[in-house]
Amino acid sequence: MSAVLRVHGLTVDYPIRSGMLGSRKHRAVTNVDLSIDAGQTVALVGESGSGKTSVARAIVGLAPISAGSIELGGETLVRNGSARLRQVRRTVQMVFQQPGGSLDPRMSVADTLEEPLHYLMHLPRHAIRVRVSELLALVGLGEQHRTRRPRELSGGQRQRVAIARAIAISPSLVICDEPTSSLDVSVQAQIINLLARLQQELHLAYLFISHDLGVVRQIADVTAVMHLGEIVETGPTDRVLDSPVHDYTRALLSAVPAIDRVAPTTTETAKSISAGE
Amino acid sequence: MPTMTLEARGLRVEVGPSHARRDVVRDVSVLLYPGEITALVGETGSGKTMTALSLLRLLPPGAEGSSKTLRLGDIDLAALSESEMGRIRGSRISMIFQDPLAALNPVRTVGFQIAEPLIAHRRMNGRDATQRAAELLAQVGIPNPAYNVKRYPHELSGGMRQRVLIAAALACDPDILIADEPTTALDVTIQAQILRLIRAETARRGLAVLLVTHDLAVASTIADRIQVMYGGTIVERGKTREVLGAPNHPYTKGLLDSVPTVRRKLTPLQAIPGSPEGVAAIERGCRFAPRCPYAIERCVREEPPLAEVSPGHESRCWVFAPPKERS
Repeated sequence: MSAVLRVHGLTVDYPIRSGMLGSRKHRAVTNVDLSIDAGQTVALVGESGSGKTSVARAIVGLAPISAGSIELGGETLVRNGSARLRQVRRTVQMVFQQPGGSLDPRMSVADTLEEPLHYLMHLPRHAIRVRVSELLALVGLGEQHRTRRPRELSGGQRQRVAIARAIAISPSLVICDEPTSSLDVSVQAQIINLLARLQQELHLAYLFISHDLGVVRQIADVTAVMHLGEIVETGPTDRVLDSPVHDYTRALLSAVPAIDRVAPTTTETAKSISAGE
Repeated sequence: MPTMTLEARGLRVEVGPSHARRDVVRDVSVLLYPGEITALVGETGSGKTMTALSLLRLLPPGAEGSSKTLRLGDIDLAALSESEMGRIRGSRISMIFQDPLAALNPVRTVGFQIAEPLIAHRRMNGRDATQRAAELLAQVGIPNPAYNVKRYPHELSGGMRQRVLIAAALACDPDILIADEPTTALDVTIQAQILRLIRAETARRGLAVLLVTHDLAVASTIADRIQVMYGGTIVERGKTREVLGAPNHPYTKGLLDSVPTVRRKLTPLQAIPGSPEGVAAIERGCRFAPRCPYAIERCVREEPPLAEVSPGHESRCWVFAPPKERS
């Protein structure tokens, strides 16, 4: 199968300003390998500071790459020069955690969706109009939303707009960075179902970044667990979550609170966290 | 049943200008018992934080609270003057918040901030209070308290900061602890530690805790009772096991079905249509009716009362919890 994205030995260092004695570096990502096939979802999970967002940012050219290679659709991007970046943007799009922050508050929904069609696809005006309608329908919004601005939309609707913008140019890979963690639970489920449906219809590949293992179970084919900048365990999602091998994965899984939905008529089960540690 | 520590009934919070006043909290009661954790669970706009703040009489400007009953033991909190209420806050009722960094003063040591309520409420001198602060840090599981008491918030991790806030909240040995999303900003491994700490201190001190959270899993893990809020009122309440094991209200059921679980894959997730964000615009009937698959005509017209579905388990629904007709 052809890989949409292949990352090999990726290392990301952030410079730290440290006075006159030159600069030091903070290593955020160490020697990460990743491969995503068309139509596949790979989840990067880990806690804050694990480097999962840095991996995503490096792929789209938003973080400095110290070592390693990134291949998109078979083409190697060694350095992210300006011409290269434009090409990246035609293949890879991103959906961010806070749709409130990633959408321009002054732009209507239609303006937001037209922008990539105009600048990256160079579509003529009437084709843009048709495509915007198509996109709205794809993400479950209607024509009445065309003229709305972000503040006139709910959190879930904003995230639908951000997703429509990401898929507007028919990318092969969409990077979703905690796309549901700012949403209410009842809305989160809608967005997860939407992402799953779009993947089937459009054969999209997702790099899905999340700290929520429940969401990951729901959406990812492959899960890679990151800890302190390195991938400590990777494999099919069911294998990683059902029989984790690495100690850190086990610790992470045992910390996830679960909803105890046992009906009260059955025998009393001990509370998972009892009094007095 | 042990004696109630806090009894709040008929809580109401109104916001907005006088010509367009609306309720964001309606007919809510909060009953807290020593050694027990009650979770107030809800999504955006459910009124859970406003409910918590109204117990402390700490509503933001523009919001006005009222109650039928607001008692702490024998004290009628509603009748207290502002300065009398100030002596209750931080000594008998304490609160911890979601973002510990925002709740801590960046230019003061953590020791000072834990000692402050002791000096203010208990009239301790600075030296004794600092000594006590170090003891409290040890109790909440911070290593090397004599050293850490002198450190500043930015020098500590998120989990340690939340422990510091808990230490400060517990400093005056309060009867009530109100925790508003105390673990939402934390990683899961740290969240588990903080929940364990809250559970342990609740048992050890006989605290009565109100845990405000959007996370049913967190409530499931540590709460004895759950009150589910939607659109400014309680739609279901009861023992945790009753509410989560045998949910009655369509909103509670929908919420439970829409949470992805790490244990197994559910395809597709049963999402609740619509969004909780528009709920404030609904002025009558059951606020959940527009999103409810079971809604009947009466639901849109008239808001149902809380009715008992099993002993101690109540739900507000015409369809699943019809109130018994009075003869």
